[in-house]
Amino acid sequence: MSTKFTFKGGIHPPQSKSFTENVPIEEAPAPDIVVIPLSQHIGAPCEPLVKVGDTVKVGQKIGESEAFVSVPVHASVSGTVKKIEQRYVPGGAKVNCVIIESDGKLEVHESVQPKGNLEDLTKEDILSIIKEAGMAGMGGATFPTHVKLSPPKDKPIDILLVNGAECEPYLTADHRIMLEKPDLVVLGTKAVMKALGVNKAYICIEDNKPDAIEVLRKETENEEGIEVVSMVTKYPQGDEKRIIHAVTGRVVPSGGLPMEVGCVVDNIGTIATIGNVIKTGMPCIQRVVTVTGSAVENPKNLYLRIGTLFKDAIEMCGGYKEEPGKIINGGPMMGIAQHTDEVPVIKGTSGILVLNKEEAEVPQESNCILCGRCVEACPVYLMPFKINRFSKLKNIDGADEYHATDCIECGSCSYVCPARIPLKERISVAKKEILTRRKKAK
Amino acid sequence: METKLIGSSSPHIRGDETTQSLMLDVIIALVPALAASVFYFGFNAVVLILASVISAVVTEYLCQKFMNRPITITDLSAVVTGILLAFNLPAEAPWWLAVMGSAFAIAIVKQIFGGLGFNFLNPALAARAFLMASWSSHMTGGMIDPVTDAVSSATPLSILKGTASGQLPTLWDMFIGRIPGVIGETSTILLLIGGIYLIYRGTIKWIIPVFYIGTVAVIALITDASTLPYHILGGGLILGAFFMATDYATSPITDKGKVIFAVGAGILTMVIRKVGGYPEGVSYSILLMNILTPMIDKYVRPHVFGVATGGKKNEK
Repeated sequence: MSTKFTFKGGIHPPQSKSFTENVPIEEAPAPDIVVIPLSQHIGAPCEPLVKVGDTVKVGQKIGESEAFVSVPVHASVSGTVKKIEQRYVPGGAKVNCVIIESDGKLEVHESVQPKGNLEDLTKEDILSIIKEAGMAGMGGATFPTHVKLSPPKDKPIDILLVNGAECEPYLTADHRIMLEKPDLVVLGTKAVMKALGVNKAYICIEDNKPDAIEVLRKETENEEGIEVVSMVTKYPQGDEKRIIHAVTGRVVPSGGLPMEVGCVVDNIGTIATIGNVIKTGMPCIQRVVTVTGSAVENPKNLYLRIGTLFKDAIEMCGGYKEEPGKIINGGPMMGIAQHTDEVPVIKGTSGILVLNKEEAEVPQESNCILCGRCVEACPVYLMPFKINRFSKLKNIDGADEYHATDCIECGSCSYVCPARIPLKERISVAKKEILTRRKKAK
Repeated sequence: METKLIGSSSPHIRGDETTQSLMLDVIIALVPALAASVFYFGFNAVVLILASVISAVVTEYLCQKFMNRPITITDLSAVVTGILLAFNLPAEAPWWLAVMGSAFAIAIVKQIFGGLGFNFLNPALAARAFLMASWSSHMTGGMIDPVTDAVSSATPLSILKGTASGQLPTLWDMFIGRIPGVIGETSTILLLIGGIYLIYRGTIKWIIPVFYIGTVAVIALITDASTLPYHILGGGLILGAFFMATDYATSPITDKGKVIFAVGAGILTMVIRKVGGYPEGVSYSILLMNILTPMIDKYVRPHVFGVATGGKKNEK
């Protein structure tokens, strides 16, 4: 199929992917210390299963929760538990973390065993494997995967969309995974299709990655029900509702989840990791991270162990090229700026972006000139400048009336604003207020 | 680590366009017509444009200083207002008329309401209306016929209306600007080049100019087809449609709203020209539509993605 899929609105920021798009994934060395947060996902945090002084091995479960919406965490190196304490994580909060000193041996835990042939696994087996492996959405949202794959009975799913859009500038981790691990992508896709009981999966890739499209088309030639679709390169094509609308024509209702229209969207990194879990039995302890930006000496796509500190990852890329201005977990459009480089890589860390002082400068805001560019750019068709005004005036009703809660926080409005107004930030503030108020009203 | 990292909310990159770059685009687009005005109307056109621009910028500076607001004269918006106001003056107008107009446009129409983006009327047009009401003989009298170099107040539209006597100019003269009129409105071709540049650059959208001029054309065709070229080329329509009606702050945000605005302005223009007291109606019709803009924006909103429209079902 050569039809190109897209959506209305959106923006075309400079891609800045040339730093790393042709750099093959490199297996990163194990750092001396890993800091593994007990909560790397949306949902209940884990309780530690180890105590200070314990020795652990690679792939050993070290944290778990009874709650359904939660996933366990595993040791990414072998060594000794040094501390269990609160540390800052890329989300900005302080979270209980298990700090392990590596013994350098990378001894694998005996529980890590290949899961056998996919044909022999039942739907329930796959769901339990995915949960036990600690799978959470690796695109950045970190929602527990097994929960997404267990929709209520009244929401039948018929389509799986594998999200290989990677529409964030700079990031190339998913691109490299598709090029180098197409077998894992296909295995993961088949496993998730089986877990969901669907016959149709689309692997959705932006057309700025023709090589990935080609590789995966070849890989899926003989696979029933898996189709690779080429989407127009435009930000935020990788947003799940944009993908669903572009590829299937279905409109996820306001405030609803993809399952309302029979769809599940999973990031391609998550899918490939699920493929790896089935194949090798190794839980989610490593991920591909694009370490990039003008202030990094040798930008790379690193296969990093979860818990590796940002500063160690940057050191593995030759260190800082110049004084860093901003360190971002994720991409430049939706990533979170860090206040220190001593935060760990977590399951949702798709990139470590280091901008120099000049690029990091926060622009001075001026008057809104009512040019309408934010309205044009909004992929949800909001009027960002209006909500901005309501938010500034603390007029929560006004912001609600203009559907602030439908904002997907893609940042397209702030990006295009010629007056440099932090529109997305103000909308987020209003959105939070509205949601808190709704909760209170209940 | 010792270095202080900058923390701010996403996005961490911004587009290239700034208020200043947009205003600069408008200025660039006005340069051809500006050159033509000097070519056709001589030195006094230079005096008027300079007086107008300088007083607009100075007024903006003084207002902001006085009101303790950040000084934003570098955003070039006052320069644009200054040029546009000068474009609305007859060639023989005295320099102080330009100063009065610019000061009014910036101080009363723009800054008192909160500055850039908060004005509800187009500053240059509101100032033109102010000058018309205060010094109407200066505003309508001192036009120059570039062909004869004689002072004349017989614009194509006033001849058409019968309020002035004279011979209607040729189509070609109207197209290149060899007709009496205010200094910026006469050369259709150069204004078009500027307008198309703005559309090409994405500074303005095509909707308002096309629907505005289209509406005027359709009404002219229906009522008296022979007057069509004079209605399109003989007055301020091209200047108004591309440079005045497209002003961000005073025209609707959405595409649908822009259509309503442009069609409304077109109808009003023709009503004024055909049955009103003035031979020309572009500036008053744009001002009237400016006033309606907040209402249009209130009722014409984009339909938010995924919000139920009633009756429309998802295909599944």
